Amino acid sequence: MSLHLIRLLLAVVLSLQALAAQADYRLNIPVGPTETSRAIYDFHMYAIWVCVAIGIVVFGVMFYSIIHFRKSKHPVPAGFHENTVLEIVWTVIPVLILVGLAVPATKALIRIEDTSGAEMTIKVTAYQWKWHYEYPEEGIQFFSSLDEASDRARQLGSDLAPEKVANYLLEVDHPLVVPINKRIRFLITSADVIHAWWVPAFGWKKDAIPGYVNAGWVTIEKPGIYRGQCTELCGRDHAYMPIVVKAVTEEEYKSWVAQWKQRQETLEE
Amino acid sequence: MATVAEHGEHHESSPPKGWLRWVTTTNHKDIGTLYLTFALIMFFVGGAMALVIRAELYKPGLQLVDPHFFNQMVTLHALIMVFGAVMPAFAGFANWMIPPMIGAPDMALPRLNNWSFWLLPFAALLLSSTLFMDGGAVAAGWTLYPPLVLQTGNALPFTIFSVHLLGLSSILASINIIVTIFNLRAPGMTMMKMPMFCWTWLITAFLLIMVMPVLAGAVTMLLTDKYFQTSFFNPAGGGDPVLFQHLFWFFGHPEVYIIILPAFGIISHVIPTFARKPLFGKNSMVYATAVIGFLSFIVWSHHQYTVGMPVPAELYFMYSTMLIAVPTGVKVFNWLATMWKGSLTFETPMLNALGFLILFVIGGFTGIMMSQVPADLYYHDNYFIVAHFHYTLVGGGVFAIFAGIYYWLPKWTGIMYDERLGKLHFWLSFLGFNVLFFPQHFLGLAGMPRRIPDYALQFTEFNQISTVGAFIFGFAQLLLVYVVYQAIRGVGERVNSEVWEGAKSHGLEWNLPSPMPYHHSFEGIDIQKAIACE
Repeated sequence: MSLHLIRLLLAVVLSLQALAAQADYRLNIPVGPTETSRAIYDFHMYAIWVCVAIGIVVFGVMFYSIIHFRKSKHPVPAGFHENTVLEIVWTVIPVLILVGLAVPATKALIRIEDTSGAEMTIKVTAYQWKWHYEYPEEGIQFFSSLDEASDRARQLGSDLAPEKVANYLLEVDHPLVVPINKRIRFLITSADVIHAWWVPAFGWKKDAIPGYVNAGWVTIEKPGIYRGQCTELCGRDHAYMPIVVKAVTEEEYKSWVAQWKQRQETLEE
Repeated sequence: MATVAEHGEHHESSPPKGWLRWVTTTNHKDIGTLYLTFALIMFFVGGAMALVIRAELYKPGLQLVDPHFFNQMVTLHALIMVFGAVMPAFAGFANWMIPPMIGAPDMALPRLNNWSFWLLPFAALLLSSTLFMDGGAVAAGWTLYPPLVLQTGNALPFTIFSVHLLGLSSILASINIIVTIFNLRAPGMTMMKMPMFCWTWLITAFLLIMVMPVLAGAVTMLLTDKYFQTSFFNPAGGGDPVLFQHLFWFFGHPEVYIIILPAFGIISHVIPTFARKPLFGKNSMVYATAVIGFLSFIVWSHHQYTVGMPVPAELYFMYSTMLIAVPTGVKVFNWLATMWKGSLTFETPMLNALGFLILFVIGGFTGIMMSQVPADLYYHDNYFIVAHFHYTLVGGGVFAIFAGIYYWLPKWTGIMYDERLGKLHFWLSFLGFNVLFFPQHFLGLAGMPRRIPDYALQFTEFNQISTVGAFIFGFAQLLLVYVVYQAIRGVGERVNSEVWEGAKSHGLEWNLPSPMPYHHSFEGIDIQKAIACE
């Protein structure tokens, strides 16, 4: 029976690999352009390998028993049912493994949650179902909502297929533009229900809660466009409030700020 | 009604006829059957909702349902599976098996037993009826987080009332189990001699009576916030939305152990029987269960790592959560040591127990990964957690229920179920389950949030695989119904009292005739001798 199982699992794995040749999905956490993202990725891989090692022992013993202690091969069962030394051993070893996980986790967490020393601040306010971004130092603010093409394609019975839309559900009308190599603090809150602000490439997420101002930080090292989504169920259009962060060089950022200021002034007049 | 009840009590060996038997019954076996039947029906109702979810997620874009209805399905699927399917199934096992395991004639409080069951169908009906109310059913997830849940229409008070009823039913059933175990053990059946299933249920019952009132209180505060202008959770009135999350998870975390501890109990019976060896380290199994029960109360905020807790609080909840791996590890190692140098056979109950072990250990690994705050800041509320809790609650809970059904069904009916179909049911379920949930790990790691009806294109492949698995798993359950139905109808070979080779040394219940007599299971049985034989 176990052989059948292994064959089945192999078949599934092989079919997945066949799929892999033609699709652009990913299997693992992305390594993003920030220190936090790398720390989370490293820790995640470390935890996976620890689990794989334990898994090899546990499943090894299990399948060894299934194969060698089946009744046809091992007709007379042993009678033992106690061994204090063994019980102490398999209580103490897991404790040591856990300590081995807890130490790096604690170190990583303290760095991730340290939001001090920010060079600029962006205030993020969540609404049902869009994001509002404010740059208090620059006096810029705007809403960021799902782009028109995605919005058309996502309707029930839409004539526009999602496959035809570039970055379906991951595109907004006004992306958040930030400079690279600057320590940015995000202050995150909500105007109605609880949402969560998450860009997978940055690693962390934070809930946007009415009455709370939560903080998170990034220092983005590479220019690029980083996409994410709301990650806390926030009502009917929870799936339709994406986050797009455009990281640009300092000069590009400055000219973008100037443009937005001009635009805001024209709108005010 | 009174005459029917008397009628039943006066005819020792056979139950009264007609549907009133089931309404008025105070017999633990009847009530066990009612619980299990109800759980099976709810399993299909909740399963149908899951298939709506998976069908919509087969392709990006919306094909079948409105997002609001999708959210209702997500919410009701969870509530129905947790409160309607899995918990009542274990209550059914408790009713059927605790009295014969401890040498008792029935549960200690038979009329309360009837009442605790009959609350359930009405609660479930009330909950399901909210789908047809103005504004639809609750669509805020089973966690019922405010402020979102307060946007629910007319369904909110009905949902809250049904949660009250479900909680009341659980509390009554728990009181009954505790009283039965403390008072009705046969002489010689000491606490440490008591079988693991009774031990795990005893601890579960204590968890239930401690946390159900907290949930009842929290949802009542939602009710007053919505209708009586209180501001427990409303920041504009000085309240705190996160307070609800603390209250909910103070209930919610023990709740997952309420589901898994009786599953541990069943597995601790099935593995020794089919390994033909006594359970390894019985005493440490009892202590490990008690430790898990205790730890379950002090780890709740690991469900809330992203709400913006202070770092010391995050560290505390991380360390305490990691500790749970130790007693859980002890249980897994003890099951492996029970199999070691045994003489194993692989009948359907054993296959399901091994399926449980494989899936639960995988769920345990992802649990350890998620206990780590830095990594959980990524995993939180994406498909990784969806995969994790289905591995523990379906791979763990539901596969243990399957194991228990096949294990005790011959004892209940006196008929050996169809082994070939039983095995087919297991293999289809096991295959379907892994095709359904394993790809969800990848979806989560790739960044797909949970509870969304529509997704970006890079998530398509794994969602399609997952949906195929869902339909295999779902339709495989029709086999279970067929196998059980045939056994109840009496189609199949008759079994003796022991049923499984050497089972007599694995529990008192295997000394009783199959099926057990309707009343007075132990009539004509020397309990003392049976206990001494174990």
